[in-house]
Amino acid sequence: MTLSTSPWRHPEFARGAREMTGISLGIGAWGLVTGVAMVKAGLGVPLSVTMSLLVFAGSAQLASLPLIAQGAPLWVIWATAFCVNLRFIIFSAGWRPYFAPLSRRHRLWVTYFMADLNYVAFMRRFPAPGAMSDQLPYLWGGVAVNWTAWQAMSILGIVLADVIPTQWGLGFAGSLALLGITATLLIDRGTWIAAVVAACAAFAAFALPFHLNIVVAIAAAIAIGVLVDHFSPPAAAKAAAAGDAK
Amino acid sequence: MSGLQSLVAIVGLTAITVITRGFFVIPEREVPIPAWLREALRYAPLAALVAVLLPEIAMTDDHLIATWKDARIYATAMGIVVFCTTRSLLGTILAGTAVLLALRLGLNW
Repeated sequence: MTLSTSPWRHPEFARGAREMTGISLGIGAWGLVTGVAMVKAGLGVPLSVTMSLLVFAGSAQLASLPLIAQGAPLWVIWATAFCVNLRFIIFSAGWRPYFAPLSRRHRLWVTYFMADLNYVAFMRRFPAPGAMSDQLPYLWGGVAVNWTAWQAMSILGIVLADVIPTQWGLGFAGSLALLGITATLLIDRGTWIAAVVAACAAFAAFALPFHLNIVVAIAAAIAIGVLVDHFSPPAAAKAAAAGDAK
Repeated sequence: MSGLQSLVAIVGLTAITVITRGFFVIPEREVPIPAWLREALRYAPLAALVAVLLPEIAMTDDHLIATWKDARIYATAMGIVVFCTTRSLLGTILAGTAVLLALRLGLNW
């Protein structure tokens, strides 16, 4: 693959960038909130900037911040972030057939930049693996917009957080962002039940040390979620039951 | 958490980003995803988010919020209403934060 020479001249680069621009406002707002939340969690400006530039994963950052602030053990922080990031493992299986021709190093370099929305946009543009000479410029075009919007607003948030008084409680905007992200995952009966079980388990086990209640909540939600999947009545029976109810 | 510990946490989180985003592109040959893994992956992120979020929005110093004069209750309620009506993440953050700031700065809740 020799196309790493100026991919930004390729028309697909402009297209990838254009298709990401519409959603960059939302990405920027989320980045701003994450920037504020990092400073309000007590990380300080240099560490917050480091976290933003290196970790580059908003949900995982927001989820790990309360734990970092409360001095939870490292493995609990990492386990939580890992679980929040599990969706990327599914996405990576999707990337696999597209990136097969690249070297491992190149594959990992590209996937590192692949946020949720890059995946969604790319799969809409290229429903089946095609010419790498089109796909890579498209991806980098999207990354150029997404990464820049995210990092610029995140760093703006870090700078602003330092001058905004803590008692305004702006760190809570990060919790509101997490609330919205959580809500997008509640798509059917199984996910609702899993969420309620996770909430009950997290609360019931709250007295456990080391924030182990998070681990308990995840285990309980997976167990119940999988049970619901396996013991749900077939679609026909469900439709009949719904008909009876009316 | 000390600065060094936080740095270690951040370096680990970076590794988690790299590993999860690239998980199935790491091996040279294609690896099939086991069915049980696919099922577990469906619920784990949701559960982790709920477990982290719950104390942030409903607890103060390890106890459930015991007063109605807490801006977080109304900011969260506003966020839920806006999300349910618009499905917009941006709107959820903006509306919830507006309520929070109004109650914090206006009523000192």
